[in-house]
Amino acid sequence: MVLLSLFYVGAHIAVRRAAPQADPLILPLAAVLNAIGLAAVYRLSPDEFGPAQITWTVVGIGCFVATLLVVREYQVLARYKYILGFAGVALLLLPLAPGIGATINGARLWVALGPMSFQPGELAKVCLVVFFAAYLAERKELLAIASRRLAGFHVPDLKHFGPLLVMWGLSLAVMFFERDLGSSLLFFSIFLVMLYVATARIVYVAFGLLLFLAGSYLGYQLFTHVQDRVQIWLDVFNPRYISDEGYQLAQSLFALATGGLFGTGLGQGRPDLIPAAHTDFIFAVIGEELGMLGTAGVLLCFMLIVARGLRIAMQSRDDFGQLLSMGLVTIFGIQTIIILAGVTRLMPLTGITLPFMSYGGSSLISNFILIAILIRVSHETAAAPDPAMTGEILIGGRL
Amino acid sequence: MHGQIRKVGVGLVMLFMAVFLQLNYVQIFAAEDIASNNANIRSLLREYSIQRGDILTLDGTRVAVSEPTGERLKYRRTYPEGELYAHVTGFYSINYGNTRIESAYNDQLLGEAGVVSMQDIQDRFLGAGEEGDDVRLTIHSRLQEAARSALGSNTGAVVAMDPQTGEVRAMWSNPSYDPNPLASHSAREAKRHRSSLDPESPSSPMVSIATSRGYPPGSTMKVVTAAAALESRYRPDSTFEDPAELELPQTDETLTNFTKTTCAGGRIDLFTALEISCDTTFAIIGMEIPEEVREVANEMGFNEPIPFDVGTEVSTFPEVGEDNKPFQAYIAIGQGDVVATPLQMALVASGVANGGAVPRPRLVREVIDPSGGIVERFQPETIGEAMSSDTAREVTRMMTAVVESGTGTAAQMPGVQVAGKTGTAQTVQGENPHTWFITFAPADDPQIAVAVIVENGGTFGSEATGGAVAAPIAKQIMEIDRQIRGW
Repeated sequence: MVLLSLFYVGAHIAVRRAAPQADPLILPLAAVLNAIGLAAVYRLSPDEFGPAQITWTVVGIGCFVATLLVVREYQVLARYKYILGFAGVALLLLPLAPGIGATINGARLWVALGPMSFQPGELAKVCLVVFFAAYLAERKELLAIASRRLAGFHVPDLKHFGPLLVMWGLSLAVMFFERDLGSSLLFFSIFLVMLYVATARIVYVAFGLLLFLAGSYLGYQLFTHVQDRVQIWLDVFNPRYISDEGYQLAQSLFALATGGLFGTGLGQGRPDLIPAAHTDFIFAVIGEELGMLGTAGVLLCFMLIVARGLRIAMQSRDDFGQLLSMGLVTIFGIQTIIILAGVTRLMPLTGITLPFMSYGGSSLISNFILIAILIRVSHETAAAPDPAMTGEILIGGRL
Repeated sequence: MHGQIRKVGVGLVMLFMAVFLQLNYVQIFAAEDIASNNANIRSLLREYSIQRGDILTLDGTRVAVSEPTGERLKYRRTYPEGELYAHVTGFYSINYGNTRIESAYNDQLLGEAGVVSMQDIQDRFLGAGEEGDDVRLTIHSRLQEAARSALGSNTGAVVAMDPQTGEVRAMWSNPSYDPNPLASHSAREAKRHRSSLDPESPSSPMVSIATSRGYPPGSTMKVVTAAAALESRYRPDSTFEDPAELELPQTDETLTNFTKTTCAGGRIDLFTALEISCDTTFAIIGMEIPEEVREVANEMGFNEPIPFDVGTEVSTFPEVGEDNKPFQAYIAIGQGDVVATPLQMALVASGVANGGAVPRPRLVREVIDPSGGIVERFQPETIGEAMSSDTAREVTRMMTAVVESGTGTAAQMPGVQVAGKTGTAQTVQGENPHTWFITFAPADDPQIAVAVIVENGGTFGSEATGGAVAAPIAKQIMEIDRQIRGW
């Protein structure tokens, strides 16, 4: 633990040196979330996942520092947009490759190389956001041109719907072939949000939602596991599901409900009863032992990171910077919401990791890289202040 | 793009707020509902990680113990004496809940009652195994065993208690059942056993006859009627008519003596009427003083739930209209709609034995913590003042005559005066009568009071009487108590 604190201190020093004007809150917030998650994972599995998670955290911090040092100016990233975009798609589809793809818990999200296995989808999300940001920054005027009006809306040329359709296809591929509802939803919604931010065309969103509904309907009709998820969500306490397909979600709700306002106290819960407690359901473990006070605190940390990210996006002075930080913080926020809404039964459960808290190297590393880029953007914005915004930055950004 | 970013930001915040609201719902508002779902085995696991306290008899026989299993549910409840104490201890079952003492003293047995000691706090912090308190019954194992062997294969019940303290020394009902399979951690085993016990049927062996089945008390009720007579204007030597048949007013029904003859040839005094159990005389008394009879019955515990450590059925002595003379006649001799549990009739005997003060019956003497200290000790209480001590003395004299020279001679014990009253209660036409005996001894310094019922006359069939069937059973119990305590 002490050692880990030193690594965080090291990371902080790296930020101060490499990006002295950067947002000062994001790293500490991530550290808090990571520490709570680590404590929970360590308690669950002091011999296996606990030590491994410490290692992954150290590697993650290393990637964080490396990203800061290598990417001295975020604009550089825009130059590699096609490489990154291609890499993103490749990573996303890598688990489908015969021989190295691996199916765990019914979802083909994993790539196994010898003793190592990782989820390339986690890294793909960062690559794709960078690509989208660069692509949209370049094309936003073009995509926003409304050549005609339809039912009171400005409708762009039909060909501009192409990228949206491509992303839709990619999301469907992830859903159909990798059976990963969470990632599918995540990738499609992030593109939709970024497209809207870039063009301000609500018609893209409307069309995107239509596509989303079509995809959901298709998935529901084609896959029994999608139907199961919805059934369980609607009727989790039905004795038919409760000890079977609905077991996970029911146990998650029992844990949260048992925790109540104050929780059972650290070490007093029964996380051994919750399946996948160290990954998808880590939030339920925290909810049982720390209660609503703990879960609300965790939720607040996530919201603060998102709020800081949005602030960075608002203050960034070029399109790429705005879209990049906007995209990164949105994908971070939506991922958080998808899994939290899932384990609390706000929406059907889709397995996805909780950033910084769930066990898993791929997730930790990609989220550390994600906040490194955010921090890089925030530094550059503050280091060369726009005269009009100096005051606000001095108040908000550097305190 | 600021406008769009702001809108997306607002959207994200709203989604986070939705999660926050859902957390409020799951963790606060609906928490109790959700957590109490049967499929949530958390409280079960916790409860079964406690070494539940033992239930032991007055003389130290352990009748309910917790045995380590080495499994996820760390302890399993077992009942080394099998069926013998089933209606006293009840069972501690995952699927069917807790019953009887296991339910009434659940908090104590789990060690969760009363003050939290330093030791409890230490145990909790150190994660040491928690241990519950022991419960010591008032039942004496030798009396309980005697009750079982005396009743034998007869359907019925025996209740024996110390009339001065109300401490129940024996409470046995036949049939009984083995509580062990019900406490099994295997749901299937518990279920199979339970369904073999026909739990929904009123004649299920899971029903404790002693506390929960009511019978017409028959002539044992005459003790109550006699006491009421003495409490009002009559004396033991007051005389009454004793016809073989009593024509009931307002009807063309007649009430016939059990012997179908006159009791003493025309007139009989109260003392003799009880001694030989003269039905028509007591029916006449019942019609003379209906209010007084009901008053004594109420003080004895009728018409109210008896405060007891385990559940009981309420015994009823019905309220009868002032003019409903036939009904008054019937209930004064324990027929009609009078219904009494064996426990209730043991209280009638105890009330007389205790000088008119009806003791509160008790099954538990004390609660003992794991280090042997007494946590709680239950003191004698009374639940009613049924009669004056003078009346009690006279009723005792009359009941002594019943055993000495009346219908209850089978309960005589050498060297000790025994007081008693027989009862032979008609049931449905064609069924053999239920036979009762209520008694206490020694008559001059009562140490033990006993009520016995044998359903449908047991092996005696249609010839059964309380004196022939139930009295010898009661006597066996009293003899064992005499051996143990040397009175």
